[in-house]
Amino acid sequence: MTTATGKGLAALACVAALGAGLAAQTVQINGAGATFPNPIYSKWFDEYYKLHKNIQINYQSVGSGAGIRQVSAQTVFFGASDGPMTAEQLQAAPGRILHFPTVLGAVVPVYNIPNVRTELKFSGPVLADIFLGKITKWNDAALTKLNQGVALPGTDITVVHRSDGSGTTYIWVDYLAKVSPEFLKKVGVNTAVRWPTGVGGKGNEGVSGLVTQTPGSIGYVELIYALQSKISYGSVQNMAGEFVKASVPAVTAAAAEAAAKMPADFRVSITNAPGKGVYPISSFTWLLLYEDPKDKAQGKLMVDFMKWALTDGQRYCADLGYAPLPEAVVRLEMAALAKIKVS
Amino acid sequence: MRRLGGKDLGFRLGTGAFALVLIVIVCAIGSELFRQSYLSIQKFGFAFWRTEVWDPVAGQFGALPFIWGTLYSSVLALALATPIALGIAVFISELCPGWLRQPLVFLTELLAAIPSIVYGLWGIFVLVPLVRALEVSLPGPLRQIPLFSGPPLGVGMLAAAVILAVMVIPFTSSVSREVLRSVPPAQREGAYALGATRFEAIRAALFYARTGIVGAVMLGFGRAIGETMAVTMVIGNNPTISASLFAPQYTMAAVIANEFTEAADPLYLSALVEIGLVLFVITLIVNSLSRLLIWSMARSAAVVAQPAEPTAEAA
Repeated sequence: MTTATGKGLAALACVAALGAGLAAQTVQINGAGATFPNPIYSKWFDEYYKLHKNIQINYQSVGSGAGIRQVSAQTVFFGASDGPMTAEQLQAAPGRILHFPTVLGAVVPVYNIPNVRTELKFSGPVLADIFLGKITKWNDAALTKLNQGVALPGTDITVVHRSDGSGTTYIWVDYLAKVSPEFLKKVGVNTAVRWPTGVGGKGNEGVSGLVTQTPGSIGYVELIYALQSKISYGSVQNMAGEFVKASVPAVTAAAAEAAAKMPADFRVSITNAPGKGVYPISSFTWLLLYEDPKDKAQGKLMVDFMKWALTDGQRYCADLGYAPLPEAVVRLEMAALAKIKVS
Repeated sequence: MRRLGGKDLGFRLGTGAFALVLIVIVCAIGSELFRQSYLSIQKFGFAFWRTEVWDPVAGQFGALPFIWGTLYSSVLALALATPIALGIAVFISELCPGWLRQPLVFLTELLAAIPSIVYGLWGIFVLVPLVRALEVSLPGPLRQIPLFSGPPLGVGMLAAAVILAVMVIPFTSSVSREVLRSVPPAQREGAYALGATRFEAIRAALFYARTGIVGAVMLGFGRAIGETMAVTMVIGNNPTISASLFAPQYTMAAVIANEFTEAADPLYLSALVEIGLVLFVITLIVNSLSRLLIWSMARSAAVVAQPAEPTAEAA
């Protein structure tokens, strides 16, 4: 062995040791799941990294279904879902999975009626009938009754829904199933359903693209999307009888009402929540964590992150269009985080 | 047999191994698709190919609307694209002035290189309004026939067929062009010698190259069947069977792309993979049929060539 080779080997060994040393210091935590909260999660992981340079959290927004599958298969440390896991999915997981609401979102009805610029009012049963295909024209009696003084034309209603499975669809059909027993029976609740009528657009962009292009159409998109793309959306009647246009405070109000009757596992739907000033088509989005994680060190770091996200992290919500969690829910969650076995 | 030298043997084995890899990959894809869709195959059996219902909530799955949508859109796209592609091929190889040839070839290849999602975006913002305007302007009496019935949405089978045709044209035309170029000059000169007009000579060349042209058309058909993103953005994504060009429908590739990531239920996932298996099988069938067609055409061409020799001897 020549001295050159010897020096080369020594240098390589040094670099390897240094690399290993550095690697040992940064912890990588992987998660996957819903696309809906992806912007706020990205912001949180970024900000948290600035505060704790040794913790890197990677998130893949592959969809709620894929997130649930991956966390159940333990290929990722945590999952994220717009809809709570079903009892069968929880049974199938190798360990007990806990749900933690992180932010709130809302789904709004968007529409495109030629020559109508005013904001329209919708009620739950009317929306359900439109999406069932029972109300087919814009000047139907039910719609004109809600919108007195607006000259609705006799154009056919074209329903636009999501073609891809999505948490947005889940929230929308969950609400419609609550306000219309017929919708519950005929269509049901899932991230993808069999729509009785209409065309499907891919993603929020697809739905809004189709709605803006098709005169006489109605669809549903996430509130954040509608705000950022500046599309006009209608107000929906809540359980108290008020017509509420979706906004960050109205969505937080929906969760505040639910806090009083929150189940221990946080798997609750807050659509059609009672109370004043509540926007009825709101929902939590959840982070999924094992109660007894295999990697206790990662578990401890994740719990610390959650504590930060539920308190300091909430102030990043409003800028991105998400509604922050109400205080009561945060308190309940902090208590629940203590259940995770980190040692 | 010639003795194989060391390098020759290595070359033969190496290339043979690559060919084997190809077969292994196709078999692996087929078997994995079968394995992952086993849950759905067990539950539905062959009824899956016949059922019209696609209901993820009730757990009822059937592939018929997707099979219909895929085949209808592809056949329609072929019908639209083949004359245009052949026209382009004939023009570039026979009729166009020399200085125009290269730019035209370049533009056709450029069309082929555009990503499918870009076609989809172009489809939503440009093609769909055009198709809607076309549908709205269709006269009343025509609207009564089933082919043109339904509300003029813009998205639907017609938009999908047009976008697929645009995507298929470059493939069919460039292969046809190569095939036409490989027609021996003797054929054309023979035709002219017999007093053919320009058009008739071109027809003779097309007849000579017919197996290659059928191959080119089938290549386009294969692409049209598998196309996903461009189609899902303009077809309307509604799993119903309808003969109408205006009706929103659904294709196999589109439903897999749309619903796969959110399918959390094992039966739902398995049904989606089974749709993939159905698509795989249909593609195999279509390709086999086209191979058979080309083979039978080549055989009849060889048979026609045979009698020429005895008459030459007799003369």
